[in-house]
Amino acid sequence: MSITETFFNWGVLTSSFPLLLSGLRVTLLLGLVSIIAGLILGLLISLIRIYSIRPARIVAKIYIDVFRSIPILVLLIVVYYALPFVGFRLSPFMSAAFALTLVSGAYTAEIFRAGIEAIPRGQFEASQALGLSYRHMMMDIILPQAIRIVIPPLTNNCVNVVKDTALASVVAMPDLLKQATQAQALEANPTPLIFAALMYVALLWPLITLVGRLEKKYRRETAR
Amino acid sequence: MTALVSIRRLRKNFDRFTALDGIDLEIDEGEVVCIIGPSGSGKSTLIRCINLLETFDDPGEILVGNIPVKRGKQLASVRAEVGMVFQSFNLFPHLTIRENIKLAPKRVRKVGDKEADEKAMQLLNRVGIGAQADKYPDQLSGGQQQRVAIARALAMEPKILLFDEPTSSLDPEMVGEVLDVMRQLAHSGVTMIVVTHEMGFARQVADRVVFMNEGKIVESGRPENIFDSPKENRTREFLNAVLTR
Ligand SMILES: Nc1ncnc2c1ncn2[C@@H]1O[C@H](COP(=O)(O)OP(=O)(O)O)[C@@H](O)[C@H]1O
Ligand SMILES: [Mg+2]
Repeated sequence: MSITETFFNWGVLTSSFPLLLSGLRVTLLLGLVSIIAGLILGLLISLIRIYSIRPARIVAKIYIDVFRSIPILVLLIVVYYALPFVGFRLSPFMSAAFALTLVSGAYTAEIFRAGIEAIPRGQFEASQALGLSYRHMMMDIILPQAIRIVIPPLTNNCVNVVKDTALASVVAMPDLLKQATQAQALEANPTPLIFAALMYVALLWPLITLVGRLEKKYRRETAR
Repeated sequence: MTALVSIRRLRKNFDRFTALDGIDLEIDEGEVVCIIGPSGSGKSTLIRCINLLETFDDPGEILVGNIPVKRGKQLASVRAEVGMVFQSFNLFPHLTIRENIKLAPKRVRKVGDKEADEKAMQLLNRVGIGAQADKYPDQLSGGQQQRVAIARALAMEPKILLFDEPTSSLDPEMVGEVLDVMRQLAHSGVTMIVVTHEMGFARQVADRVVFMNEGKIVESGRPENIFDSPKENRTREFLNAVLTR
C-alpha cells in the first residue's frame, strides 16, 4: 500500500466523515461550554482573590494553585470514576465540562488578577473621588481596561481548553479524537486520525494567529 | 455660619509613622485655601482624608457640609460633593475626553445623556479644550489633560474642589495654563483646597495659606502675612529655601 492510500485514503475519509463531523461538533460544544463557564468562574474567583476578606482570599489562592497543579487527565478520571463512589455520577460530557471548567477557571482567575492589578491605583482613586459605586467603578473603568490586557492570554487559554477536550475521549465521550479512533478501528486505516489532527489544527491555528495579532496591537496602543 | 469643611483632631498613622498629628482646620464656603510645606509633611494625606481616599484614626473627625466623612451609606454623597484633581491627572484612558466628563454625572447624579453632554461641552469650552472633546487622553498634552481633569471634577458640581499638586508633573511651559484655569475658578467663588509648590499662585489667589510640617499645621493666615512676615522659624526656613531656589 502506498503512503497516500494509507494516510490519505479518500474512500475511508468519505465513509468516516460523518462520524468525524459529529465528533467535531461535540468537541466544539464541550470547548465552548467549558470556556464560558471557566470565564465566569475565573472572574468571580479573581474578584474574591483581590477584594474580599482575608480568609476568602486565601481559599481563592489555594483553589487557583491546586487546579493549576493538577493534570487535567487526573482530574477528569477522578471526576468520572471516583465521584460516583460518593453518589455524584456525571455523564461523560458533564464530567469533562466540569473538569475543564475547574481548571480553566483557575487559569482565568490568574489572568484576570494580573489584568486588574495592572490598572494603576490612580484609576481606582479617580473613580472613588467622583463618587462612583464599586459596581460602576468595576464595570465602567477597571474591567474595560483590564479586558484589553487579558484578551491575548485569555485567547491562549481558550486554545488550551479546546486542546484539552481531547482528553475527554478517555471517559468515552464521543468527541473528535474518540470518533477518529473509532473510525480508524472500523476501517482498519489511520486516515480518520490524520484528518482529525488536521481538523484540530484548522480550528486552533486562526486563534493562535489572533493571539499574536492582538498582542502586537495592544503593545502598539500602550506605546502610543 | 458653619464651615463647609470641618477637620477636628485629625490623626493618621501609617504603621508606626505619624503622617498627621492632630490637625484642626475649618474651611468656609467660597474660601480658597493653599496648603504649603515640605515634601512628606502630610499635605496629600490631609486632603485625601477629606474624601476618605485615606482613612484616619478614631477620635478625629471630618465633616463636609455637616455630613461626617466615614465608611457607609453617606460616603457616596460626600464624595459626590468633593471633587479632586490629582498630580498625575488620572483620566480614564479608554474613554474619550467627552466620556471622561460625562460618566460620573450620568452614573452618580443620574443625569440624562443629552444633558450630560451639553454640560461636558460647556465645561470643556470653559477650560479651553472644546475642540478636543472626541480625542483620547493620551492624545492631549499634560496641561490639556489636567484641564480635562478639572472639568471632570467640576461636572459633578461639587461643593468643594481638592487639588493635590496639580502642576507638579507638568512641563514648565504648561504650568501657566492650568494655574490660569484654577485662578478663574477661584474668582468665580468655587471653594478650593490646593496643595501646591507654586508660591506665586498661593500668594495671589489664596484667601488663606496653611503651612504644614511633620504632620502638623505650623501656622496659617492671609498670604501676605505668611509670606512677608511669618511668625514661626520653621515657616521662614521653608520659604527661604523654596523662594531662593
Ligand atoms: N501609604 C503609605 N504608607 C506609609 N507611609 C505613607 C503612606 N502614604 C504616605 N506616607 C508617609 O506619610 C508622610 C506624609 O506623606 P504625604 O501626605 O504624601 O506628604 P506630602 O504630600 O506633604 O509630601 C510621608 O512621610 C510619607 O512617607
Ligand atoms: Mg504630596
